[in-house]
Amino acid sequence: MRLSVDNLACRRSGRRIFSGLAFALGPGDALAVTGRNGAGKSSLLAILSGRLRPDAGRVEVAEVGEASLPECLHVVGHRDGLKSSLTAGENLLFAQKLLGAPRLSPRNALEQLGLGHAHDLPVGYLSAGQRRRVALARLLVCERPLWLLDEPTAALDTASQALLAGLMAAHRVGGGLVIAATHQALGLDGAAELCIEASVAPEPEPMEDWA
Amino acid sequence: MTRAILALIARDLRLAGRVGGSGALSLVFFLMIVALVPFALGPDLNLLSRIGPAILWLAAVLSTLIGLDRLFQADEEDGSLDLMTAAPVPLEGVVLAKVTAHWLTTGLPLALASPLFGLLVALDGTAMGATALTLLAGTPALSFIGAVGAALTASIRRGGLILAVLVLPLMIPSLIFGVSAAQAATGGTVPFLVPLAVLAALTLIAAVVGTLAAAAALRWPE
Repeated sequence: MRLSVDNLACRRSGRRIFSGLAFALGPGDALAVTGRNGAGKSSLLAILSGRLRPDAGRVEVAEVGEASLPECLHVVGHRDGLKSSLTAGENLLFAQKLLGAPRLSPRNALEQLGLGHAHDLPVGYLSAGQRRRVALARLLVCERPLWLLDEPTAALDTASQALLAGLMAAHRVGGGLVIAATHQALGLDGAAELCIEASVAPEPEPMEDWA
Repeated sequence: MTRAILALIARDLRLAGRVGGSGALSLVFFLMIVALVPFALGPDLNLLSRIGPAILWLAAVLSTLIGLDRLFQADEEDGSLDLMTAAPVPLEGVVLAKVTAHWLTTGLPLALASPLFGLLVALDGTAMGATALTLLAGTPALSFIGAVGAALTASIRRGGLILAVLVLPLMIPSLIFGVSAAQAATGGTVPFLVPLAVLAALTLIAAVVGTLAAAAALRWPE
């Protein structure tokens, strides 16, 4: 899969968040998106995942056949898409049926993330870090070429961070793409870096007109 | 695509039965309203049986609102909606699945239980059957209309009241023809099938318009 973004601009509630973003990714590439709080990292991921309309610019995918961009990606972010009253296994099984392209079974995926024992526990009983790992297990139950990760290491302990780095590396070896918004080093070797702050166009000063 | 829609329906039905789900709540609410009316009106059986279908329909409209505010809001808050956007199903399909699950947990149980609750308002056999049939044909429209309001208020905190104000006026046509069909069955000048056909038509229109409108409201929340 190839992804190219050109001259992308985002506006939320009338306020310019960023403009003129451009990057291109090919198989095995990774992109670390950095920037201060509120720079628009999550907005960029929301545009890519089809939840937000860009103000200007183009997002194009190639080498994915008929599928549209939202159908080629996984999103793991602050809002993890897990239902507290369902067990980890039920949540993952639902994601697998909903998204299609099954890869690992929910139990195997949870075991890969060291959470095999949580398969039959309601997600509401899990800690923040365990919950995040269940959300990350979704990356393994369905095969999708692009991973969009928003602060993926939040709430994760060091061992799990290393685990995640390993998963991302394996995904890239298989030709997958990773775009991660982050403040921390993720262990993405050879990843391109996109600092959103740098591309913000200066806002014109508001005119003071009291006359 | 069918598998994804079935998975969504199955998940929503399962959630309704778990802690925090609305499950049988709307049925209990329905029972409450219907049980309160005889206390308010007194034991006048003729009056009760005359206005019985109207009471059952009003109660059905109000109980449809139970849990409706969380129909899309819960998924919007926890990010499940992002997951559904990424599914190989258009949002219209997602709306259709969620409304179906909502109807299976509210409208269908109400319609099936209405003959029993008809006893509380002194309905005779024909009126019970007719009311149940009109509820069966009419309640899907209530769910579809409600879904539009639920989608519009998905990102508003405490949007439940706004939702009720938005959708209740739109439910009036179904209410009118539902009650008139039920009353036509027990006498009157119009044959039963005429208002029932209009009611069914209203349901079909609501299914199309409601699905498209709710999906459009969810697609671009800003």
